[in-house]
Amino acid sequence: MFYREAGQFKSTYQADMAVFPIRQDRIGLAIILAIAFIGIPMLANDFFITSVMIPFLVFSLAAIGLNILTGYTGLISLGTAAFMGVGAYACYKLTTFFPGVNIIVLILVSGLFSAGIGVLFGLPSLRIKGFYLAVATLAAQFFLQWAFVRVPWLFNYNASGAIEVPQRLLFGIPVTGASAAPETRYFVCLVLVVALTWFASNLVHGKIGRSWMAVRDMDIAAELMGIKLLNAKLLAFAVSSFYAGVAGAMMIFLWYGGGEANDVFTIRLSFNILFMVIIGGLGSLIGSFFGAAFIASLPTIMKFGLPALGVPMSGATAEHVTFMLVGALIIIFLIVEPHGLARLWQIGKQKLRTWPFPY
Amino acid sequence: MSDVAVRPMPNLLANGWIKAGLILAAIVVAAILGARLDGSGTLHKIFIDPFDQMVAAPDLLAQTVWEGLVSGVLYALIALGFVLIFKASGVFNFAQGIMVVFAALTLVGLYEKGVPAFLAVILTLGVMFVLAVAIERVVLRPLVNQPDIILFMATFGITYFLIGLGESVFGGNPKQMIADQLWLPKGAVDLKLFGGLVSLQKIDIAAAIIASVMIAVLAAFFQYTRIGRALRAVADSHKAALSVGISLNQIWVIVWFTAGIVALITGIMWGARSDVSFALEIVALKALPVLILGGFTSIPGAIIGGLIIGIGEKMGEFYWGPLVGGGIESWLAYFIALGFLLFRPQGLFGDKIIERI
Amino acid sequence: MNAATMNVTGEPIREKGEVLLAVQNVSLRFGGVKAISDVSFDIRKGEVRAIIGPNGAGKTSMLNCINGFYQPQEGQITFKGERRHKMKPHRAAAAGIARTFQNVALFKGMSTLDNIMTGRTLKMKRGFFWQALRHGPAMNEEIEHRKVVEDIIDFLQIEHIRKLPVGKLPYGLQKRVELGRALAMEPELLLLDEPMAGMNLEEKEDMCRFILDVNQQFGTTIALIEHDMGVVMDLSDRVVVLEYGRKIADGTPSEVKADQKVIDAYLGVAH
Repeated sequence: MFYREAGQFKSTYQADMAVFPIRQDRIGLAIILAIAFIGIPMLANDFFITSVMIPFLVFSLAAIGLNILTGYTGLISLGTAAFMGVGAYACYKLTTFFPGVNIIVLILVSGLFSAGIGVLFGLPSLRIKGFYLAVATLAAQFFLQWAFVRVPWLFNYNASGAIEVPQRLLFGIPVTGASAAPETRYFVCLVLVVALTWFASNLVHGKIGRSWMAVRDMDIAAELMGIKLLNAKLLAFAVSSFYAGVAGAMMIFLWYGGGEANDVFTIRLSFNILFMVIIGGLGSLIGSFFGAAFIASLPTIMKFGLPALGVPMSGATAEHVTFMLVGALIIIFLIVEPHGLARLWQIGKQKLRTWPFPY
Repeated sequence: MSDVAVRPMPNLLANGWIKAGLILAAIVVAAILGARLDGSGTLHKIFIDPFDQMVAAPDLLAQTVWEGLVSGVLYALIALGFVLIFKASGVFNFAQGIMVVFAALTLVGLYEKGVPAFLAVILTLGVMFVLAVAIERVVLRPLVNQPDIILFMATFGITYFLIGLGESVFGGNPKQMIADQLWLPKGAVDLKLFGGLVSLQKIDIAAAIIASVMIAVLAAFFQYTRIGRALRAVADSHKAALSVGISLNQIWVIVWFTAGIVALITGIMWGARSDVSFALEIVALKALPVLILGGFTSIPGAIIGGLIIGIGEKMGEFYWGPLVGGGIESWLAYFIALGFLLFRPQGLFGDKIIERI
Repeated sequence: MNAATMNVTGEPIREKGEVLLAVQNVSLRFGGVKAISDVSFDIRKGEVRAIIGPNGAGKTSMLNCINGFYQPQEGQITFKGERRHKMKPHRAAAAGIARTFQNVALFKGMSTLDNIMTGRTLKMKRGFFWQALRHGPAMNEEIEHRKVVEDIIDFLQIEHIRKLPVGKLPYGLQKRVELGRALAMEPELLLLDEPMAGMNLEEKEDMCRFILDVNQQFGTTIALIEHDMGVVMDLSDRVVVLEYGRKIADGTPSEVKADQKVIDAYLGVAH
């Protein structure tokens, strides 16, 4: 009744090609942004912001990166965590060398380092296809994880082997370090994620996104269309690793405030992000958000939500049940709806368009 | 594997991206190695010194090769379970690794609950069988026509699920394999070889022997028995096998049962050498390089692949590892596999696949 | 554009221009199997050239060689006067060769519109940074090419399915979308691999009409693999007949139809 396209005619190609052609969708997006920018900082408590919202933003960004590589271009990657780590360490070294430079700029620049490493480990994709490529990304994951620990220069020869994030200011307000307020960190994350999502959306809806999807669907035909496979695949690796790198830098600087690579950027994190992308929906930007929201909030729901509802759940059991639940959901989604939550969302909207009529 | 094709190798160096990438690669590798190497004579250290060491202390070489052999055999066993299932039903069971761990855990868990050792073995076999059939029916059959990537990811789901299940049923602490109760030997045999001492753990010898026997039995089974022939027929074409009266379900039951036995034996051997726990993602994932080397459909390939990876890893770690601070076992296997893939995408024993359009 | 004159047997010959593609002594092997043995023929600008023959004759392999997907071990292929050496598919595309496939090779994850838009990729010049901004020059370019694609959609009468994912379309429509995608490349040489396979009579007539229109309106040279002899006779200017990788006849449709070797190998006689 209220979600109808009737009366919304498009008279230009530009209007037809818009990302959100339906007015109600645009209104919905505006509301979500308003909640994110205004509502949450004002209403939510610190715990919610640091344990749910910031992780959600960081994971969403990493999931978008992986989605570009695996969902849009069809190149499977199990090394996302390692690329995130490259971003984190690059940012750390950059801010050590250039303490005066704006930290946001450095976060973005560290993404470039990640992109470079990503391209390097993406070179085998020219010769190797399908899930064999997973081996190359596994090599990247384990090798980089090893390097993070064995190259003391990366963590400034700190005895504990961990990164400690120094305080950095933005317009005089502490943004990183112990004295940075959760709202400030959340805000910086939010701005970065919104901006980078906009870029990703632009890429994906235009010529480059189509080239990526062509490579995914049938690379032989794509080649015969004039798309250079080499460039398309390496570009996918570069962009995807850039996003992962920025997410990694955000993770250490704006979320954890420090950390040890072996604890943070492990193969488990790579798997988690892959699961976010699968559950959320391969080849869908909004799916990345869904998947990230789901997996990021799962531990919190298990530990606090269920006991609050009266279901007894100890910490260890919660972890085990989380594993089982995630595993089961992966299987269920792959069998029933390989396009994940994003497709369910689309179907829901479809039903909403015709509501209250059945079809 | 329908995803791998032999295409004319692109002229890599003609492309600016690749050149830049290779130069970047060289710089990065040099930087990392340079950070880890001290002293002068880097090239000597990499290319000459290790071989000097090998010749100077051949007993150490023998020791290293032996240890590589044993771990290689165990890798091969995991890959073997996979190859069996894939050969007979075309189904990807990447969860073989977790099944190995699960088998070991079930065995130990049953024993701790008071079940006598050999009865526990039989019960565990039963549990493995049920598990295998459940996986096949619930997860793999609905996904039968999906691309390999989907199956690959589905088995990660299975792995996670089983980790959670295992941890909640058996507890997360590492456990001791009941080696004694199963009459597995302990202690070591010290051989005076090459002027030095080579120490062979008896359990390792036992593992190698048991594995060889099992592989020989399986090979003979496939080659000479009626059921083995039926298995090969099913692997080639389900429809054709059906049309000559072979019961698919019966074959699959046999195959999964065999894979379950292999998983259990592997689990016992593995657990006897080190604790049984869930630090297995690395173990479960290591089957991948082995399978890539050996091809997915070849039993000898799985063995040779396992041996190459096992020995390559151990030797790499022992002779070249110290140059860069050690710990290279965690990634060496993948680079070995990667190297092979670049030159021979179908692995050592796989069939060359030509893409037709 | 093409003046019709009569030939000896009273059929109109369309006069065609110079040689666009020349295949000379090409041989192609897969391991021990010889797919093509010492085949030579040419294709003139503006003509419709049919390649026919029994299954396994090497017709698709021939197209793949022209496309750059396979590299023949012997012989050479000259396109637009330039001798090609180890041409890669995307260079063939850039040179002006487009094709359709026997088993429809559409991008199943995309809509009709997007599929045809990928055909414009070579013509879209705006690079990565403009694409990341989208609004501005990249959008203008996109709109410009959208107009061209919409013309093709009108031409092929597939407006009603332009936003549907191609995987859901019936086979006949998929083939039409594939033709649209090839046309979007504005090719000089269009290679069609059994464009009418699996179609009913009505669909075939539509497709014939489209092919003729493409040839006559846009002046596109067409090389066509086809099994339906009626279509071959009606559409093509000249025909090449292959059998077991060798050329056994080359000429106008009526010449080829009467050739004894062709009758023995492929056509048969009515009895």
